[in-house]
Amino acid sequence: MDTQNFDKKDFIDRLSRICGEHIITDKPRLAVYEADGLTAKKQLPWVVVLPSSISQVQEIACLCNHFEVPVVARGAGTGLSGGATPHAEGVLLSLARFNRILSVDTENLLARVEPGVTNLAISEKVKDLGLYYAPDPSSQVACSIGGNVAENSGGVHCLKYGLTVHNVRKLKVISPLGELYELGSEAFDSAGYDLLALMHGSEGMLGIVVEVTVKLLPVPEAVCVVMAGFDSVKKAAIAVGDIIAAGILPAGLEMMDKPAIRAAEAFVHAGYPTDAEALLLCELDGIDAELETQLGALKQVLENNGAMTVSTAHDSENRARLWMGRKAAFPAVGRLAPDYYCMDGTIPRRRLAFVLDGISRLSEQYSLAVANVFHAGDGNLHPLILYDANHPGELHKAEQFGARILELCIEVGGTITGEHGVGIEKIDQMCVQFSTAELSIFHGIKSAFDENGILNPGKAVPTLHRCAEFGAMHVRRGEEKFPELERF
Amino acid sequence: MRSKDQGKSLQTQVRSAIKQQSPLTIEGGSSKGFYGYPPSHELVQLDVSAHRGVIDYEPAELVLRVRAGTPLSEISQLLRENNQLLPFEPPDFEAKATIGGETASGLSGPRRPYAGSARDFVLGVSLITGSGDILEFGGQVMKNVAGYDVSRLITGSLGTLGVILDVSLKVLPAPEVEITRAIAVSRQEFQALLQSMQREMPISAAAFENGYLNVRLSGSEAAVSAAEQKIDGDETDGSYWDKLNTLECFSGVRNLWRVSVAPASKLFLEDAAVIDWGGGLRWLADPAYDPRQALAGNDGHATLVKYDEKSLLSGIEIFEPLTEPLLSIHQKLKQQFDPVGIFNPGRMYRNI
Repeated sequence: MDTQNFDKKDFIDRLSRICGEHIITDKPRLAVYEADGLTAKKQLPWVVVLPSSISQVQEIACLCNHFEVPVVARGAGTGLSGGATPHAEGVLLSLARFNRILSVDTENLLARVEPGVTNLAISEKVKDLGLYYAPDPSSQVACSIGGNVAENSGGVHCLKYGLTVHNVRKLKVISPLGELYELGSEAFDSAGYDLLALMHGSEGMLGIVVEVTVKLLPVPEAVCVVMAGFDSVKKAAIAVGDIIAAGILPAGLEMMDKPAIRAAEAFVHAGYPTDAEALLLCELDGIDAELETQLGALKQVLENNGAMTVSTAHDSENRARLWMGRKAAFPAVGRLAPDYYCMDGTIPRRRLAFVLDGISRLSEQYSLAVANVFHAGDGNLHPLILYDANHPGELHKAEQFGARILELCIEVGGTITGEHGVGIEKIDQMCVQFSTAELSIFHGIKSAFDENGILNPGKAVPTLHRCAEFGAMHVRRGEEKFPELERF
Repeated sequence: MRSKDQGKSLQTQVRSAIKQQSPLTIEGGSSKGFYGYPPSHELVQLDVSAHRGVIDYEPAELVLRVRAGTPLSEISQLLRENNQLLPFEPPDFEAKATIGGETASGLSGPRRPYAGSARDFVLGVSLITGSGDILEFGGQVMKNVAGYDVSRLITGSLGTLGVILDVSLKVLPAPEVEITRAIAVSRQEFQALLQSMQREMPISAAAFENGYLNVRLSGSEAAVSAAEQKIDGDETDGSYWDKLNTLECFSGVRNLWRVSVAPASKLFLEDAAVIDWGGGLRWLADPAYDPRQALAGNDGHATLVKYDEKSLLSGIEIFEPLTEPLLSIHQKLKQQFDPVGIFNPGRMYRNI
């Protein structure tokens, strides 16, 4: 295809014929799509289409592939890494109208849904059947299941119930050539390479997901949430390790530091101890008989680790109150400053105190405050950097601070993103985490699915050229820059 | 436990194979030689079994990083000492399987429907690819979405994409107590019985065979004994699951088919010798027909796990044939990882 002689008007006409009135080309309405949850990066798309049938998506893919026009698929646009940031010369393909729950299979415990269905809507739909869908990202009210697949979203229950990849059985996908294919099946496994797993977290770069079959779980018989306050972060971090070492597998295990505790308490009045340096929230669930044993063991561990306060919520109202503070932590911290920047590194849990020390040193260095919330059970850290975008240079400073945190995560053997994705936000840090040969494999995978590179170009995997320009050294995971510093 | 890093030496062997365009058959414990197409005689053996030992294991992290040649039996022993386990219950054929071979085959045992599959617990791999480089994907952390999920792609790829050097796995606490009950029930009714139990019982395995539903309960003492009160049947020997997992119970079978279907499916209900995975896995012993024809149009796939010479000569496909566009994606991925085509060629599919 000769892109020089590409007739843009003709292309728009063809798109209109496919999508009817569900096409947007005027600036005011395009602006709705200018950013996802990473609002610092704004870009108007060339055109937005909102198809509602698989055949429409097939035709759009074919057309775009033929003219080599970029396609950015978008769900609810709640992603935090700019995975759905539009392409200036591209088509933004919104899957918002794919919003039907197609079937619920109570025998095989599966639900077949369209990608635009929100995460929470699935659990709401099957609630009366005593079932639910386990992954629960904080944005679950708004985020779509298609976006969850693209980012391999987690939530607070990952340690026990896994990520999106562990809870999706089957996908229907459109290739850039407009072919429809299925990955996975209603059975527990499939023949060939595990392309179902590969599609998860691929940030819309390998195919367009048009249907998702998720696994449903029975609502547990009993649930309780234990809250414990500690006078030091280090004590709380050791308690987390001890809980796991005691053979307890919590449904959720979350930690917040003092700034996060105070912000959350001031915002939602969850009853958090504001004098504590660190707070643990631990949810246990399961069969009645099992829960009692686990609860006893958990309280023992917390006591042994010097928890200042321990309280337990059994009924749903009090449990919800305790969780509310955690789930509202981002907006709560957001009240402390005009803007905040949310990071997403994952680290081996035993390095928590070291990494938090490092973050507070960086906080002084950059003169920007930070609050930490932490999926402690699975080592996923969300430092929230506070800044004011109206102060010249402060956004840039916050981004640099964030980049340093991510590099710290890599140094201790962790990763730059646990669940938010790379998008455009962390694309330069990919050069630090991966070698040239590893990045080449990623590019190879991309080309196996999308030869012309039309799906979400410029995201998730940096070009080798970009890495050379960025000039960062690839850091071997687990090789720290400061081996002389104290660890625990 | 013996420990030795042979990564560099294996890399040298792979590089020389690439240079000479001399295809390799990758061997760990040689316990799964029966699985997949037999390697052709021209292939040079690449022995990974000396590359062994635990690289990192801290029980409180729930993560184990181990070299590919480490025997599964040693890993299980180490985990047992720390009251932990590999939740996907990998089969240890002839007690000589290695973790590398296990990861390459991606096989999961009876616990699979209740705990998850091998790939669910793989957090990271390092591997030698067809460029001769040692590459690392994933890591030692539970959540990681940096780059494509290559470690799960490698799991179950039967060594066709590279030589696995080490694997990082999520491990879990072992249950305090485990008991198995055999409950008399008919073929037509076992699925309904299982469904009625699933919600409130700590089931960790369920298989139907010869008029009995074998159910394993795992958990705290309190939970297991509470569940025991509610069900019928007699307690049986827990070694049933190992014999099923390692196919020992099918020792006399010449052509053994493994058919994976939705657990509530009615397919092969009458004919299956054993139905494992709570209904999701139907084992057919020497069927007089082609299971793939019976499966056509339904979700699922059939694998000829054990075969005799005659079946092989008949040209039957061992793994469910891939259709377009999946076949073409597989071939392109193979080309990217292994451009010269030296890793286990023809083991999984004749043209991959």
